[in-house]
Amino acid sequence: MKGTCVTTDRTLRGRTAVVGIGQTRYYKRGASPDPEFKMVLEAILLACRDAGIGVEEIDGFTSFSNDRNDPPRIAAALGLPELRHSTMVWGGGGGGGSGAVANAAAAVAAGLAETVVVFRGLAQGQFRRYGQGVRTGRAAGAEAFTAPYGVLSPAQGFAMRVRRFMWQHDITQNALRAVALTSYAHAQRNPRAVMYGRPLTAVAYDASRWIVEPFHLYDCCLENDGAAAVIVTSAERARRTRQKPAYILAALQGSGYRQAATAHNAPDYATSNFKALAPRLYAAAGVGPADVDVLQCYENFTGGVMMSIVEHGFCRPDEVNEFFTPENFSFEGGNLPLNTSGGNLAECYMHGLGLIIEAVRQVRGTSCCQVPGAKVSMVVSGPMVQPVSSSIYCAEPTP
Amino acid sequence: MRQHRDDVNRSDQDCPSEHSGRRYYLPAGLPAPAADGPAAEFWAAARRHELVVQRCPRCRTWQWGPEHICHHCHSFDLTYERVSPRGTVYSWERSWYSVHPALQQAVPYLTVLVELPQAGGVRMVGNLLGDPLQMVGIGAEVEAVFEDHHDADPPFTLVQWRMLDQPL
Ligand SMILES: [Zn+2]
Repeated sequence: MKGTCVTTDRTLRGRTAVVGIGQTRYYKRGASPDPEFKMVLEAILLACRDAGIGVEEIDGFTSFSNDRNDPPRIAAALGLPELRHSTMVWGGGGGGGSGAVANAAAAVAAGLAETVVVFRGLAQGQFRRYGQGVRTGRAAGAEAFTAPYGVLSPAQGFAMRVRRFMWQHDITQNALRAVALTSYAHAQRNPRAVMYGRPLTAVAYDASRWIVEPFHLYDCCLENDGAAAVIVTSAERARRTRQKPAYILAALQGSGYRQAATAHNAPDYATSNFKALAPRLYAAAGVGPADVDVLQCYENFTGGVMMSIVEHGFCRPDEVNEFFTPENFSFEGGNLPLNTSGGNLAECYMHGLGLIIEAVRQVRGTSCCQVPGAKVSMVVSGPMVQPVSSSIYCAEPTP
Repeated sequence: MRQHRDDVNRSDQDCPSEHSGRRYYLPAGLPAPAADGPAAEFWAAARRHELVVQRCPRCRTWQWGPEHICHHCHSFDLTYERVSPRGTVYSWERSWYSVHPALQQAVPYLTVLVELPQAGGVRMVGNLLGDPLQMVGIGAEVEAVFEDHHDADPPFTLVQWRMLDQPL
């Protein structure tokens, strides 16, 4: 289980950058008038326009979570001269978000492609909902050991990991509540957010119904329709594009020892699955948690944010009750400004690509909840799934 | 310490129908376990009211859920070994939101993750029988209860759990 060291000369540090961001309007689940594929095309065009890059310059695509919109079809629809790269990060949920950025950056750094789009399209109304369980009469494979016992939804799949972590470290419900309140507070400044104009109070959180203990309604992500895209290119080229580049210091994906063991048998159970990855990430980026100015941390469920923040070294497990407050996570003077667009809980559930876009905005200085002077901006993608991934962006190619 | 066989018999007597007023802990209509592949032997044993866990005869590693290969020594020749149907609560969750049509009238209900110290610490997911609003203590001792679904086609048996220190 001992990790091998990634040597400095083989890292991606500062060699590529995000130069364009695009997102469609975000809809409530089922509310999109457009098909998923059309929304993906729209997000890509918006990202190109943002970057000042011609659509015909795109020559690669990466995505994650088994996205249904495959790159050869996109390239055909857009009339691209040549497709040179396309990769998918396996695994469900948003675990592959930063991993797809890593694939794009690696493709560019290695000369496989020049201008790579990272995209995700989601129209849950047009396909199966994530929040609903399996509906087949027979549970095969690993599901045979969970579905017959009423463990069918993602929330139910993660609640026992979080419960165990809270029990181990005497963590109260207020820690989870702080994550939810933070996302809702930041969303009130973001007109794109689905929950814009719908603030959440601590009283309302406490009074909200349980979905599955320890998750209240507000601990669970939204279900939305929409699409998002970012454009990755080389650092040299980035300097000649329209926007201030968000240089990619590091982007990595992975999974700890037997984390995907079935029937809840990962040897290390009460984890967000970042214990092995986080040290690699910081080593590759050349920064540590103290250097991070602002964090976008994927909230499939607030409990995953809690364990991710601990496993990325922002606080110790026994400090969670004190560290997790809305004030500490606020863009206005918090020690760790968190989910400054409203995130998956209150902006939109775009499988975390919205979090990557927000991290880029923080580097550009254009967020609705701008952290003054933010230079190092980090994203945690998809806690508790396998694989997971993280990425760090910076206003300069070296920290 | 009771004998192994006694535990199983006691479990038989305390079948869920006697205490809860409903036939099964969760209503019929949920997905039934597909008793095939490397899991077939587990489900066959459950029909006999026996708890078995996959084990590698070569390196003696316990393994759960079932796999085609031993994760430790990579032997493909895995077998199942019978274990005492006792464990401790490793974690738990109480579901309040129905995510399946069959569960509409069944919420809230309790799910536990049970650690089996006598089988290398592997864990099993099941329901905790009894009051769905009961306090659940991590570390509490539990005993398997075999819930027969004789009327299913094909019939199957789920492995449920009950607190040892609580009368049902
Ligand atoms: Zn072995």
